[in-house]
Amino acid sequence: MSQPIAIVTRPTARASRGLWRDAFRRLMRNGPALVGAVCIAIFVAAAVLASVIAPYDPTLGVLADGKQGPSLAHLMGTDLLGRDEFSRVLYGARISLTVGVVAVFFGLAFGSVVGAVAGGAGGKVDAVLMRVTDVLLAIPGILLAIGIVAWLGHGQLQIMLAVGISYAPIFARLLRGTLLALREADFATAARAEGATPARILLRHLMPNALTPLIVQATLALATAIIDVAGLGFLGLGPGDPRVAEWGEMLTDSARFLQSAPYLIFFPGAAIVLSAIGFNLLGDGLREAIDPRLKR
Amino acid sequence: MLRFIVRRVIGAIPVLFGLSIILFLFLRLLPGDPAEAILGQHATPELTAQIRTTLGLDQPLYVQYVNYLVRLLHGDFGSSFVDGKSVADTFLVRFPGTIELTIGALIFAVGLGIPLGRLAARHPNGWVDGIVTVVSLFGISIPIFVLGYTLVFVFGVQLHWLPALGQSDPRLGIPQVTHFAVIDALLTGRPNAIIDSFSHLVLPSIALGSIPLAIVTRITRASVIDVANEDYVRTARAKGLAERRVDDRHIMRNAWLPVATVIGLQVGGLLAGAVLTETVFSWNGVGSWVVSAIQNHDYIVVQSLILIFATIFLFVNLIVDISYAFLNPRIRYS
Repeated sequence: MSQPIAIVTRPTARASRGLWRDAFRRLMRNGPALVGAVCIAIFVAAAVLASVIAPYDPTLGVLADGKQGPSLAHLMGTDLLGRDEFSRVLYGARISLTVGVVAVFFGLAFGSVVGAVAGGAGGKVDAVLMRVTDVLLAIPGILLAIGIVAWLGHGQLQIMLAVGISYAPIFARLLRGTLLALREADFATAARAEGATPARILLRHLMPNALTPLIVQATLALATAIIDVAGLGFLGLGPGDPRVAEWGEMLTDSARFLQSAPYLIFFPGAAIVLSAIGFNLLGDGLREAIDPRLKR
Repeated sequence: MLRFIVRRVIGAIPVLFGLSIILFLFLRLLPGDPAEAILGQHATPELTAQIRTTLGLDQPLYVQYVNYLVRLLHGDFGSSFVDGKSVADTFLVRFPGTIELTIGALIFAVGLGIPLGRLAARHPNGWVDGIVTVVSLFGISIPIFVLGYTLVFVFGVQLHWLPALGQSDPRLGIPQVTHFAVIDALLTGRPNAIIDSFSHLVLPSIALGSIPLAIVTRITRASVIDVANEDYVRTARAKGLAERRVDDRHIMRNAWLPVATVIGLQVGGLLAGAVLTETVFSWNGVGSWVVSAIQNHDYIVVQSLILIFATIFLFVNLIVDISYAFLNPRIRYS
């Protein structure tokens, strides 16, 4: 890790490629991670091109065509209101991916600020901030998000905030821990000896080295975020907007027809599972690519 | 050891304290007038006035908080305005259902996860390992409610193998004594009631246990592979011990520790997962109560339940830490 040694030992051609290029090459050779990336790419394409691909308007249905099984006209059948399920799953990718990604971004942003201040400042500031994250971590899993949505009310922004806030303590803890370890590293001491200000040490020397675990964690968090967002929708805390299709809400709406129309549960369910698998595979692959020692 | 336990218990107090402040503010900072927000569409002048007095909304904020804290310490979590019953009473009736579900899920996850992890570790990167890895990938990627409905559809609706909803068949007329469905059934001494209560537990336990199953499997596999490469395992094999004995005595004994810790850490996730599982399976527990309280805007119940869940979670983590110290004599208690 320490840089002076790397200079003395005259880096080989391999080492000179740099961390990210090496990581990228390893990632491209990791089969499961590629499968994950392809999964995600398909869903992103579906989300972006929903208006082009979708054969029907996801919000308009013909009541007389309600609850039809999958057919050539309706690949995934139709829901109770006669809306085309395939089109709704496609448009659902927009909502689920956007809400999931933005939620994790919120969590990453809140958590990084708290973690960076705590890990950078140390002392009393650190103690106070960590007690606050302890309190938030004490509320298990999705329950915190449920409480926040119950408080903020319905809507996409509220869900993003709720899931984001519930993830923030995890990122804060992770970043703080990494920063505390890095503060003692030789390059940090060297920077300090050169008279760099604490802010400069934090932003220029410590943060770039602390980013990798955050990126891996964020990728894995995308998988759980998509599941959690769908979970909120399932519990009736979704966007609550009849004009948008959301995978979790689609499941709840169809749960009553499990017996007569199981495909209405199957397709949105499969969409959630496949996108979560995609992010899990990619996250695991990224972790192994960035830190090959972890390869099991 | 005692000092370690005392210090951990004391360490949990500020967290609980912070939680009580946040949840206190949760209720007071609801948009608009708290009393009207709490009552929502049920608001009548009398009820609003009643809530105002109960919560002491006319007093300064810090007095309100102190009163809230004093009531909490007396075990008074307030009352639901929907049915007027005290949160504590309803909790005692509904919590047993959640405990049963959590235990069922843990048994499923541990009972299957440890053997699967050991099996996968026997030949790392072999085909068995591949299958186990895929299964555990599904376990962490499938939402509880998707798995739950799939199980209900396959085993309840199509095959009729297992009951899909509820804790027991109401036609059996099992008297509710302890509110633990299984124990109540055992108390009747009737075999059909006992079988009925256990069979109701199967599908929800699998749905709730899928994530911990995946995690326990992964950790067991990694831990066993780790230990299997140790010198003393090679020594044990070299001196001609039977493979079974090496497995049980030399590998598992040392591979246990991370597995035990992870099992303990799953409890918090299980409590949160119970919210979804109980909703899918119409399970009469605390989780489905949280959901109905939110749908009814029964904020006092929501507030109290989050506090109770968090307290249980902290308590369980405390027990995990302490038992970890017991299991591993090498750990330092400082």
